[in-house]
Amino acid sequence: MSFAWAKPYEPKTDIGRWIDERLPLPRLVYGAIGGGYPVPRNLNYFWNFGVLSGLFLTIQIVTGIVLAMHYYSYADGAFTSVERIMRDVNAGWLIRYAHANGASFFFVAVYIHIFRGLYYGSYKAPRELVWMLGLVIYLLMMATAFLGYVLPWGQMSYWGAQVITGFFSAFPLVGEPIRVWLLGGYAPDQAALTRFFSLHYLLPFVIAGVVILHIWSLHIPGSNNPTGVDVKDEKDTLPFHPFYTAKDGWFVGAFLTVYAVFVFFMPNALGHADNYIPANPLATPAHIVPEWYFWPFYAILRAFTVDFILPAKLWGVLAMFGSILLLFFLPWLDRSPVRSGNYRPVFKRFYLLLVVDVLVLGWCGGAPRNRSTSASARLPPPTISRTS
Amino acid sequence: MVRIIAFFVGLGFAGVLLWSFVVNLYDNITEPPAPTAEHEFHREPKELHLASDGPFGKWDKAQLQRGFQVYKEVCAACHSLERVAFRDLAGLGYNEAEIKAIAKSYDVPSINPDTGEPATRKGIPADYFPKPYANETAGRAANNNAYPPDLSLITKAREGGAAYIYSLLTGYQNQPTELLKQFPDVKTPEGLHYNPYFANLNIAMPKPIVSDGQVTYGEGAPAATVDQMAKDVSAFLVWTAEPKLVNRHRAGMAVLIFLIMATVLGYMAYQNIWASAKRKVAPKGPLDPDNQAKREAAKAEAGGIAG
Repeated sequence: MSFAWAKPYEPKTDIGRWIDERLPLPRLVYGAIGGGYPVPRNLNYFWNFGVLSGLFLTIQIVTGIVLAMHYYSYADGAFTSVERIMRDVNAGWLIRYAHANGASFFFVAVYIHIFRGLYYGSYKAPRELVWMLGLVIYLLMMATAFLGYVLPWGQMSYWGAQVITGFFSAFPLVGEPIRVWLLGGYAPDQAALTRFFSLHYLLPFVIAGVVILHIWSLHIPGSNNPTGVDVKDEKDTLPFHPFYTAKDGWFVGAFLTVYAVFVFFMPNALGHADNYIPANPLATPAHIVPEWYFWPFYAILRAFTVDFILPAKLWGVLAMFGSILLLFFLPWLDRSPVRSGNYRPVFKRFYLLLVVDVLVLGWCGGAPRNRSTSASARLPPPTISRTS
Repeated sequence: MVRIIAFFVGLGFAGVLLWSFVVNLYDNITEPPAPTAEHEFHREPKELHLASDGPFGKWDKAQLQRGFQVYKEVCAACHSLERVAFRDLAGLGYNEAEIKAIAKSYDVPSINPDTGEPATRKGIPADYFPKPYANETAGRAANNNAYPPDLSLITKAREGGAAYIYSLLTGYQNQPTELLKQFPDVKTPEGLHYNPYFANLNIAMPKPIVSDGQVTYGEGAPAATVDQMAKDVSAFLVWTAEPKLVNRHRAGMAVLIFLIMATVLGYMAYQNIWASAKRKVAPKGPLDPDNQAKREAAKAEAGGIAG
């Protein structure tokens, strides 16, 4: 740790000392999330969402491993196996609803976490790598969420897979062969389902690995704070444990309470009714929509409708990927020496514009496709407000 | 240099976007989207209140049993219920002997143990409800090419859930004359039936519950009106879609009570731990007690002079 005043780990028992000499794991934990990690004392509640994201990654991995014990990744049995989990597996309904809603709450936590980083300039030097690793986690999450949504093999799973893998076919020449290679066929089928399951099981552990790098790189400069001004000495900080473990502790309880309301009392509110119809390649749903956390991107994709040099679909796909890739360059695009948005009045206005823009795009992306909504989807995508 | 390139790339996207917007706006103005019969005449589901609704919702087992009877005597002629097993009927309040008897009243597909030829045998509680048609092709052939969907998950697989099913069952009517006046070319085709709760207004299924008393309810049951039967079978289909619904409500209450208590205790622990960390800020300037005393003294002195 880079803080001179960070307390070193002192084993209190003989066995603690014995272990520490051979494997300094307790030392690592103490320095990372224990009394040995000094945290600015003025953090507000937006700083709780990092821990919450980590908690939801854990919930997803634990519930996911249990679901995988009962899931059957065959095109003619996947849907039935999910229904068996709901009906015949002990507490299977709880595990499945916890997993399905857990994905949504993971995204809620991560979106607030990302927007907190944006507002308080947490992407700026010396935390550029923290930011970029965070974006890598976000991209991996998007991939994992998409793959997972395909697994129940309902109508929306199937047609979602059809649409999203269709992005690749927007690229000239190589696009279609890449799409076929990814799917293992010309349309989503057995080959696609099996590999999606395999990757859906793998990627969360890759995310966990990148999370370790994310936290490691954060702990070199330490946490940013709402003023954006670096801490000067010990008076400005408090040890992570017990102060921030206590602050995170009750907030985790509050967030889990909201999560439990969804899991137990409205578990399908964030899903789509069509996904309770088994996949049918011969019947296209009236409107295909992804899960809510992809709506802003879906709106960007749909907003481009004219072929100008490049086909409209390619413009949409490029704009959609561009809106995320752009964020990787943010630490260098934003050259203001001031970190916190609190002290940047112009930035504050554009930040607000970005938030409103993302919400409007989200609304457009979730609305059924018709001429009025796709016309209103043609608002500036995040790319524009982000560059300004 | 990089910033200039970035600027032009951004400008390119904004330009194409703007052009898309203008083209669509122009299309919308020159040929505004024509109103459709679906848009004008489709209706949202009616209100339906079931005992299983809400966070404290519980099954009304008598109603579920009546709904099961409606399914058995009306719907089952065309609709399968393939995700429900006879053993699941314990959830409706039937005892083991009753379940065995119900299962036995069904013939389920089997093979002849001597010849290996396809055959049927009496059902046992572990069997699932047999399907009315051997396969989808047979179902389509018997129903004017419209395959009757499986009903196990139907209340979860349709927007509006049980209220939609109830509205659909009670929503059959003649095509309104104003519809035909407004859209003369959308007359309900031969073999389809007008129903304003169905997405495209014309459903292949003929009115299933046609008259009061179509199903004979047992002692103590409400009168078997069309409306009552539609409600009962909708309630039954909520159960088939999620037999564990009430367990979920019960578990949810316990979990919520636990989490709220844990959160309150956690908050108190947080307050306790942070009490020592709140910095005591020494009052300065006008709020400093010393300065306040001086100010009061000065005021009194000034007042004394004036007086």
